[in-house]
Amino acid sequence: MSKKLKFLLPLFLFLVAVGFLAKGLFLNPHEVPSPLVGKPAPVFTAPLLGEAGKSFHSDEMKGQVWLLNVWASWCVACREEHPLLMEMAKTKKIITYGLDYKDTDAEAQQMLAAMGNPYDKVITDIDGKIGIDYGVYGVPETYLIDKLGVIRYKHTGPLTPEILLAKIVPLLNELQQ
Amino acid sequence: MIPAIGELSLILAFLFAIIQGTLPLVGVWRNKKTLINLAVPAARAQSGLIALAFFILGYSFYVNDFSVLYVASTSNSQLPTIYRLAAVWGGHEGSMLLWVSILAVWTIAVTMFAKNLPDSFRVRLIAVMGLVSVGFLAFILFTSNPFDRLIPAALDGRDLNPLLQDPGMVFHPPVLYMGYVGFSVAFAFAIAALLDGSLDNAWARWTRPWTTVAWAFLTLGIAFGSKWAYYELGWGGWWFWDAVENASFMPWLVGTALIHSLAVTEKRGAFKVWTVLLSICAFSLSLLGTFLVRSGVLTSVHAFATDPSRGIFILLYLVIVIGGALLLFALRAPNVGLGEKFDVVSRESFLLANNVVLAAAAGSVLLGTMYPLLIDALGGGKISVGPPYFDAVFVAIMAPGIFLMGLGPLAKWKKTSLPEIGTRLKLAAVISVVSALLVPSIMGKISLMVAVGVFMGAWVLSTTLILLQNRINSRQVASVSLINNLKGIPLAFYGMLLAHFGIGVFILGVTLVKGYETEQDVRMEINDVAKVDDLAFVFKGAKEIKGPNYLSSQGTFVVTSGNKTIGILHPEKRFYPVQGSTMTEADIQPGVFKDLYVSLGEPLEQGAWSVRIYIKPFVQWIWAGCIIMALGGLLALCDRRYRVVEKNIVKGKKRKK
Amino acid sequence: MKKLLITLMLASHFLLSANVALAGEAKPLAEDPVLEARLKAMSHELRCLVCQNQTLADSDAPLAEDLRKEIRAQMREGKSDQEVVDYLVARYGDFVRYRPPVNNSTALLWFGPFLLLILGGFVLYRALKRQAGGESFETED
Repeated sequence: MSKKLKFLLPLFLFLVAVGFLAKGLFLNPHEVPSPLVGKPAPVFTAPLLGEAGKSFHSDEMKGQVWLLNVWASWCVACREEHPLLMEMAKTKKIITYGLDYKDTDAEAQQMLAAMGNPYDKVITDIDGKIGIDYGVYGVPETYLIDKLGVIRYKHTGPLTPEILLAKIVPLLNELQQ
Repeated sequence: MIPAIGELSLILAFLFAIIQGTLPLVGVWRNKKTLINLAVPAARAQSGLIALAFFILGYSFYVNDFSVLYVASTSNSQLPTIYRLAAVWGGHEGSMLLWVSILAVWTIAVTMFAKNLPDSFRVRLIAVMGLVSVGFLAFILFTSNPFDRLIPAALDGRDLNPLLQDPGMVFHPPVLYMGYVGFSVAFAFAIAALLDGSLDNAWARWTRPWTTVAWAFLTLGIAFGSKWAYYELGWGGWWFWDAVENASFMPWLVGTALIHSLAVTEKRGAFKVWTVLLSICAFSLSLLGTFLVRSGVLTSVHAFATDPSRGIFILLYLVIVIGGALLLFALRAPNVGLGEKFDVVSRESFLLANNVVLAAAAGSVLLGTMYPLLIDALGGGKISVGPPYFDAVFVAIMAPGIFLMGLGPLAKWKKTSLPEIGTRLKLAAVISVVSALLVPSIMGKISLMVAVGVFMGAWVLSTTLILLQNRINSRQVASVSLINNLKGIPLAFYGMLLAHFGIGVFILGVTLVKGYETEQDVRMEINDVAKVDDLAFVFKGAKEIKGPNYLSSQGTFVVTSGNKTIGILHPEKRFYPVQGSTMTEADIQPGVFKDLYVSLGEPLEQGAWSVRIYIKPFVQWIWAGCIIMALGGLLALCDRRYRVVEKNIVKGKKRKK
Repeated sequence: MKKLLITLMLASHFLLSANVALAGEAKPLAEDPVLEARLKAMSHELRCLVCQNQTLADSDAPLAEDLRKEIRAQMREGKSDQEVVDYLVARYGDFVRYRPPVNNSTALLWFGPFLLLILGGFVLYRALKRQAGGESFETED
């Protein structure tokens, strides 16, 4: 019996491989999960857009649940998610800070003037250093940070209503309690 | 109108493939001559119709018919004609059509050249190839139709990716696919033999030439691709262990193993189960490669989750074809006999040891390629497996195989004596050790990696030459002239020598370029001189030129050695307006001992440029080695015994009946 | 001291070749070629996140450029290669390493092929013995 079974081994191995390939079809090879989720958000100080001389320190946000949305005026996909951010801003349910990544102040302000400003404040990251600390690799990216300053969720790519409703809102409700 | 004919002929080809894949099998089963006789005409009709579809798609590209969606998305009216034709396989739909077209070529070849097989076997063989074709045609028709129309037609096309606008695009895919798809013949032989219950020496003898041709094409195809990457991507790399490359390399490794185990099976009728499994695996890995490349599981530009239908289709196809083959294997293999006896130390056992090494090597490439997917699917996050892994693991696994390569061919069939082989190889060992010590000191930098690499390369080359000498000596008698002696040695033997020799050349090339390549990143103003070793590269400035469908900054570099000018290089930075992309076109002066490789970086202030200058010693040996290997394969194919013996065997069989 | 040496080397190099080179010598793009070589060696083992099938060394993507700049800065501060890699892994995960770390989840990857080789050798030996007729022959001299 075992003699015959060994001839089934190639088939068995193949079927295991097929299982993984089938699973692989539904994974996104381009989404790299951030190792920072569950870790304290990197601390930084940076100037604020349109508020000359003022700077922002990330510790200011302690005690609040907030979204950090990385964007730039040169980023096409950011324009895609912009209307959704505007909708979110209208509800006033969540504090959203923008991180203007590798951009010029003038162009950033121009875009916000044209498309509306969904952000409570916009932090500027001209040389992209904060971006590196947060592991930004494809703008737009969105981080959900809790009251203790721990990153709880990260989304890479434009936000969609589905992601918002399925992932961010439930987590937000839980964290805000 | 014309594209509609193309689509129609694909549909008809699909129907003929169904006939080819089913009715003759029923015919063999029920012993119905009329159904059996359908096999060849159906196969030829199917192949002819696919060829027609292929030519029609080519014609649509030629006349810029932008009412064909595929043409509109991969071509452009400004694209030079030769690339418009190469664009036929420049995208997904067309490369799938190329795949079945090449399968059609192999099918025709089988109907023409595999004449001397027993009828039932030949019919099964053709039917299996028909079944392979059915799946692919269905895939094309249902998910990837190259003849889908665009109404209204586009004014112009979106152009072929500039990266693909290269002579490499003309040759690399067809040759590579000839290899990939060529293993379908060995696969069909294996399935037919399993169905037929005729897994024997004759089966191995019939399979051998087909496997060898496919292998030679695959070798060439991979080499072309590597060469293309070398000059096109602008930084002089020639192999990246990228998933797409690995997808072509795994069938090559298994195909190489198959060639060797077929030798044992043909001689001794032994290890048939293993050989038939390898036949199935070589083609399965070709199909798996197609899946990996085409489904986007590993490297797609677009996330596949949005439209997994193509991936699911190919996966289903894999399950049916490979799963079916392996199931048949599991059912039939237990009844296969052992074959003739041979000793634990013999030519046979060396050939099989080579198989273990090649299988483990293929396993490492498969594991490395699939591992990120494996970890991700198990929820372990994302990891990358790249060149550092493959360089370490693959090379370590292959090293003992390379060593065995020197011993194996000297071993006698059935039973051999190790000490005797050892005596014969003393000289080779001395040559290899001396080279390993000498070459690094000549090249000026000593490293263990280079010493080991040179040792292995020299070992393969010297043992191959000793093998030839041995063969001559063993046949030399006073009455025979050396020429006649050489003539008397079968071509298959020369083919083996040549292929092994190619491996040696290849190893030396890889070792020396890895060990001694140099790179300089410099900023050059006009008339600036960059010095590399004893060479001086003088930058004579860059001028704007206009290509057929691009604008280019073309630099001029004069290379001098002492007071002598040894070359003028014109690297370019091209801008392709249709896709808005910039391409770095390096210029290379190839040489036997080193390539001079210059590529333009970015324009800097005052007409200065950032420039990369590479010296790539012995890099051409890499591809020369591959070409020698492939020639070895083709030479072995010309051996007359394949033709003569094939006939004899058939006669023998008929007589038995 | 090191600087002096380099200057001397460059000077002697220039003197030797002065008769050929009428125009200026091409200047290395990097300020510090030694550090650049270190960066190059290291970034060949790192994956670019934007254009995912290129190494950090080969990529022209802006992020790759930024990261190279960051690595240079850290190297200048005297950080070891390992520290720099750890810095990147902390931000982007093991994905950036083309050389996956050896740990529980990659043990199969690193050792599997060798295991396969040994196992294959063992199976072959047994099969060969069977083929030889159930006993192994001693090879004669």
